Amino acid sequence: MVDVSHALELATATDPGMVRSHNEDSIAADARLGLAVLADGMGGYNAGEVASGIAVALITEEMKKALEARAPHEVGGADGAPRGEALIREHAARANAAIYQAAQSQPQYSGMGTTLVVTLFYDNRVSVGHIGDSRLYRLRGDSFEQVTRDHSLLQEQIDSGMITKEQAKHSANKNLVTRAVGIDPEVEAEVHTYEVEPGDVYLMCSDGLNDMVDDEDIHLTLSSLRANLPLAAAQLVQQANDNGGRDNVSVILVKVVKDFPAQTGWFRRFRSWWK
Amino acid sequence: MAKLIMSLEGSMIKEIPLDKERITIGRKAHNDVQIENLAVSGEHACIVTILNDSFLEDLGSTNGTLVNGTPIKKHILQNNDVIEIGKYKMKYVTEAAAGQATVAEFEKTMVLRAPGGAKAGAPGAKFGDTAAFQAGPGAVAAPAVPAAAPAAQPARPAAEAHPLAAIQILSGPGAGKELELTKNLTTLGKPGVQVAVITRRPQGYFITHVEGAKFPVINGKMMDAQPHQLHDHDVIELAGVKMEFFLKTS
Repeated sequence: MVDVSHALELATATDPGMVRSHNEDSIAADARLGLAVLADGMGGYNAGEVASGIAVALITEEMKKALEARAPHEVGGADGAPRGEALIREHAARANAAIYQAAQSQPQYSGMGTTLVVTLFYDNRVSVGHIGDSRLYRLRGDSFEQVTRDHSLLQEQIDSGMITKEQAKHSANKNLVTRAVGIDPEVEAEVHTYEVEPGDVYLMCSDGLNDMVDDEDIHLTLSSLRANLPLAAAQLVQQANDNGGRDNVSVILVKVVKDFPAQTGWFRRFRSWWK
Repeated sequence: MAKLIMSLEGSMIKEIPLDKERITIGRKAHNDVQIENLAVSGEHACIVTILNDSFLEDLGSTNGTLVNGTPIKKHILQNNDVIEIGKYKMKYVTEAAAGQATVAEFEKTMVLRAPGGAKAGAPGAKFGDTAAFQAGPGAVAAPAVPAAAPAAQPARPAAEAHPLAAIQILSGPGAGKELELTKNLTTLGKPGVQVAVITRRPQGYFITHVEGAKFPVINGKMMDAQPHQLHDHDVIELAGVKMEFFLKTS
């Protein structure tokens, strides 16, 4: 197994917020595997927690097994995409099937579902898969960008030109997602792979953060506190709560401390060939 | 249920409950809301309501439709929006404004089913206290905007309500300099050596250690890893520099 914990620094925080009695978000992060998973569950009673819990537990467990068997940078499918992407797709689909089946077979879980964002760091890259409106942001130097695009009604309205981003801030339909895990028999995660650079800080969050705290404020907090990741995570949650904390809020921060190229035979040959 | 309160030159004419999915407004008789005025087009505008949300669309009228004084083609109605058609004004008032629903219900994330996306198990698909929508094809492009509730704006009790505070440097080469704490977060110190951050919160200003082996000293006492609330005229020692925290309006 490729251990990337020397290159990554992680911090997590999750909080029920100021209004909700319980936390329907679930998070997990493993620096050795370079894997982080965040899910924001929905559904009545405790079903939201169950859905996000199943997603996070299943994906971390199963991906751990798969990663121990084979490294994620190896080219996977016929399309030449790295295996990391295929792993995320496959396990998101499995989590979907598991939650869907539980919801079908047990009336108290009927209709439960969850959003999902998964990152896998390997070979100086990150593969990110997401379903719904949980997000990945990246701070690189002074630029702070949203990496994922929400699967939400609001995003579709912005894309179709019906409303502007400014209007979106005041929209009433912030909380309608167009894709979720566990609602339908099948769902596809949107997966992309990006190069990472040392110094990058990645933020995964549930909408409880970005609905309560403006992107500019998130940017300011991350860039001011990037030297102390746990403090940055706690500070983001605190800001969401200070602004009303109307939803559960969860954050996972991943800082790339140094390079972590995959050291395979072919990769070394490939690099020397380029030099 | 949301409603429109129609008025003409300041006097209220009637209340129009938005009890149908689509309500048309125009001069001709077949409209749900008929306004017999030549400034109003035959088919002037319509309002589509799904659950708690209403969507206003101008139907290509001659004299246009204004919301809060701005001409619109399509508009998601917010509570207290004032629609103007000719000389007539219609104020949009939501049910929530009548105090029936709580904010918490609005914030629930819900799934909007993609057109044709999900067949299996659809009729039974319900979300506890909230509903999962089954949007028809073209739900997004068409003016059908299902949504939970009036926009829940991030409440901002913090920042603005606070008295402005500042830091004045007392020692070292920068002595006498003043730094206003205008942001929610201000970092102090030397990166890599010793850094602290002052955060502005609803409860006041707090200082927290960020990095470095040494912790900041407040009024001669070394602080720990916990945030420390700052009071007027507190003296902070950080990276060998003394500075004073003070409130500007007191």
